[in-house]
This record gives sequence, C-alpha cells and structure tokens, in this order.
Amino acid sequence: MDVQAIRQDFPILNREVNGNSLIYFDNAATTQKPIQVIDAEVDFYRKHNANVHRAVHTLSLEATDLYEKARETVTKLINAKNSSETVFVRGTTEAINLVAYSWGLNNLGKSDEVLVSLMEHHSNIVPWEINSKLRGFTLKYANVHYDGTLDYEDFESKLTKKTKIVCLSQVSNVTGVINDVKRIARAAHDQGALILVDGAQSVPHMPVDVQELDADFLAFSGHKMLGPTGIGVLYGKKEILESMSPFEGGGEMIKEVSYNRGTGRCGVSWNELPWKFEAGTPNICGAIGLAAAVKYLSGIGLGNVLAHEKDLTQYAMKRIAECKKVTVYGPKEPSQKCGIIPFGVEGLSSHDVALFCDNYGIMLRSGYHCAQPLHEMFKLESSARASFYLYNTKEEVDRFIEVLKEFDQN
Amino acid sequence: MSTVADYVARIEGTCGAESDVIVVFRYEKKDEAIANIMKKATLKNTIAGIIFELTFEGLSFRLYTSGKAIFRGIKSKTELTELLTRLLL
Repeated sequence: MDVQAIRQDFPILNREVNGNSLIYFDNAATTQKPIQVIDAEVDFYRKHNANVHRAVHTLSLEATDLYEKARETVTKLINAKNSSETVFVRGTTEAINLVAYSWGLNNLGKSDEVLVSLMEHHSNIVPWEINSKLRGFTLKYANVHYDGTLDYEDFESKLTKKTKIVCLSQVSNVTGVINDVKRIARAAHDQGALILVDGAQSVPHMPVDVQELDADFLAFSGHKMLGPTGIGVLYGKKEILESMSPFEGGGEMIKEVSYNRGTGRCGVSWNELPWKFEAGTPNICGAIGLAAAVKYLSGIGLGNVLAHEKDLTQYAMKRIAECKKVTVYGPKEPSQKCGIIPFGVEGLSSHDVALFCDNYGIMLRSGYHCAQPLHEMFKLESSARASFYLYNTKEEVDRFIEVLKEFDQN
Repeated sequence: MSTVADYVARIEGTCGAESDVIVVFRYEKKDEAIANIMKKATLKNTIAGIIFELTFEGLSFRLYTSGKAIFRGIKSKTELTELLTRLLL
C-alpha cells in the first residue's frame, strides 16, 4: 500500500493548522475525504441532480440509477445476499434506533431481555434504554475486563432463552478492541436471539462479511469511511426486515395511500424492501459519495488498510512507551486492536492534551468519546484518543511522540 | 466600549466527568485577549510556553496560546460571563 500516493488524494492533508502541517489523528470521529469522493458529489450536483424514483424524466432516471448503483456497491462491500437488505440511513445511530424501535415494536415485551456490553457507544445503549422504558423489557450489560477486552464468559452467561437480541460493537470506539462477533453471533443464535453488530469502527477498517459473521443486522456510517456525513447503512437479513414495521412514514416508503369514504380514513401499504425504511427524499448525493468511498477503499483493499493500521498502532504503542508521563488505556497488545489508542498524561486533563497537540497541528479527540460507562469502569474522568487511518504515517507518529515528550520536560 | 462578546467566539462545555468549560476567543482578538488575561491573572506554571496555568480571584484555569481557555468548576453562564468581564475588559 503506497501511503504517500494515497495522501495525494486528500487535499485537506496539505493544509496547515497553527503554523504546522496537519496531522489528523481523529479518524474514529470522522475521516477525511479523497478527491474521488468530493468529485463524485460535485459531479452529481453539477450534472445529474434530481429526486429519485417515480419520475420519468431523464435527470430523475440518472439520479435513480446512481443511487441504486450506490446501494449495489455497498451491498457488495459487506457481501450481503441482495441489495434489498441494504437500507440507507443517516448513520449508525439512526440504524440502531431503527432496529430498536421498528424491530422492537413487534418483538420486545415485558418478559424479554436485550443484551449489550459496557464498551458500547452511547448510540448502542441509549436507544435500548429508551425502548426498555417504552416496552418494559430488561436491558442487561455484559462486563468488560480492565484491559478493555470483552468478558466473553459474562456475556455468554447473561445470554438466556429470554434474550431476544444482542447488540455489540465489532470494534470499540474507545480502545480499538476487536470483538469476536462471530462467536457472539453463534452463541446468540443458539439461544434463539438475533445479533446487531455496530460496525461503525469496523467496516471502515477491515473486511466485514455479513454472511460469514451471520449478523442479523449491521450498522455503519459513511463519514467514518471516507464518505460524506449524513449517510449510513443498516444491513438486515431480508426475512427479518420484511417482518418489521416501517420506522418513519411518508414519501419513498409508501406503496399506496387510499382514502376510504366509508371509514373516513386512509388505507396505507408499504413499499418493498429496502425502500420501506427510506421515508422521504433520501440523501441521494450522500449515497453516491459513499459509493465512491467504498470503491476507493475496495481498490486499496480493506485487508491492506487493516494491516497498515495495525502496523502503525504497534509502532505508536512502542514509541508512546518512551513518554514517561503518558499512560495508554485498554489492551497493551496491539494485535488485539485496531488503530485507536486512548491515553492520558499525568497531571493534565484530556482536553489539555488535545489543546496542546492542536497547537502543533495534531488533531486528537478528548472526553468520553460517547462511551461514559466504559470510562466510569476505567475510573477515568475522560481520555485523549489518537485514531489512525490509511493516510497516516510513521513520520506523523514520530512528530506526535516528539510533542508528547514535551510533557516530560515540564 | 468593548464587551466580552467582542473577544469570545464560542463557549462550549467539554465532554467528560471534569465538567470543564472551553472559551474560544475570536481569532482576530485572541492575542489581545491573551495579553489582557496575562496582565490580570497570576501565572502559576507553564508547559512549553503553550499552556499557561493561571489563578484569578482564587480560581485556577488554563490559557492556551492558540486562543482558548479552560475553566473548571464554573456553575453558570452568568458566573463565567462575569469572570470573563473582569479578566478581559
């Protein structure tokens, strides 16, 4: 993988911040966009912009074609059986909410249980907490070891015949820990439960095959994989999606709305999959941009992206050990994780660290990273987080370490 | 006559148990804001000439050369505005 050639595709990497070359280490929050994605979006608005479906004019047909081809591109990426299983949503959060509300409506009641882990992003906790109050089911949390890895024994012991769905991130957005979701999927299915995989931090960084994982649902976001914001994907097995009620009403999700004078009401029938879950005018341009991002990543190969990130993480972990005041949280063994390194600096808050690094043009995230329960478990007020992607380099890591070493002088 | 709003672009609560508040100074006024604050507050420590740990009226806070300040233990927006008025004007 030629990282220097890849960097040429990202115009933003040429800019300076506070008089220094930009080093972007906040990829777990969002990623930068290659010119191929930017061009795809500009091209759509310059040449093809129209609303999709249910029109006969040329522009609408072109827009529909591009939008549906984007769906096919994403379907291929995750190896779903059929593009009807690929629903475009705003992002991972909306995808999980869709499942919690729509699937939960007909499948979760007072005697049921939902199982999540303590390492989940708030987006895979809060929708279940809200729906637990609405529907009365019990929400259980599986423990996480103090090194940030999942306690599989605890997870499996909390999985019972009452469990209707388990919801687990494939990669933690705080520690980068890679969970064995295939093992959890098997265990869930053995108990008759479904599995929802939060792929927000995995799909952008490694090959993910929904058939191999036997995932019932997979949620991920476009903006974390070089694509635009406001577009994401919910994958669901066709038979499960077909059994679900729509999440939102109006526009694209409708087949027919007919007023009955006798009853004074409208009879409504739903569109087919996947449009049943795509109410209103979808984010057409976003989907086209996401497809361009998927093609870009597929061209490089997600296996190569993962190998690069693991190499960078291993290097960074080794070099961070040279910094006396820095403590890395989560697993110390780089092979257990993706390119995410949470850390703290003695005597400073995470925000101090992030602002200090910002002064040198290094973009880090600080805070809870939307995972407060995990921070509480680690007994941390917050953490600083460096997260890598395919365009980051060892030279950038070296500069980062140089900056972190300044804390040792003070 | 200058106001706090002339100097401050944005005030944001940070994410984390610290409940810190970040004050972001307007880019074109940041040097003036930093100079005013440095005149009035007492310097306790500095890290690499980038982070300045200061105290003012018994309150510790941090000022950054990039034009930001972090305050901890501020109870309300009014309290912060009054503090910034005394520091900046």
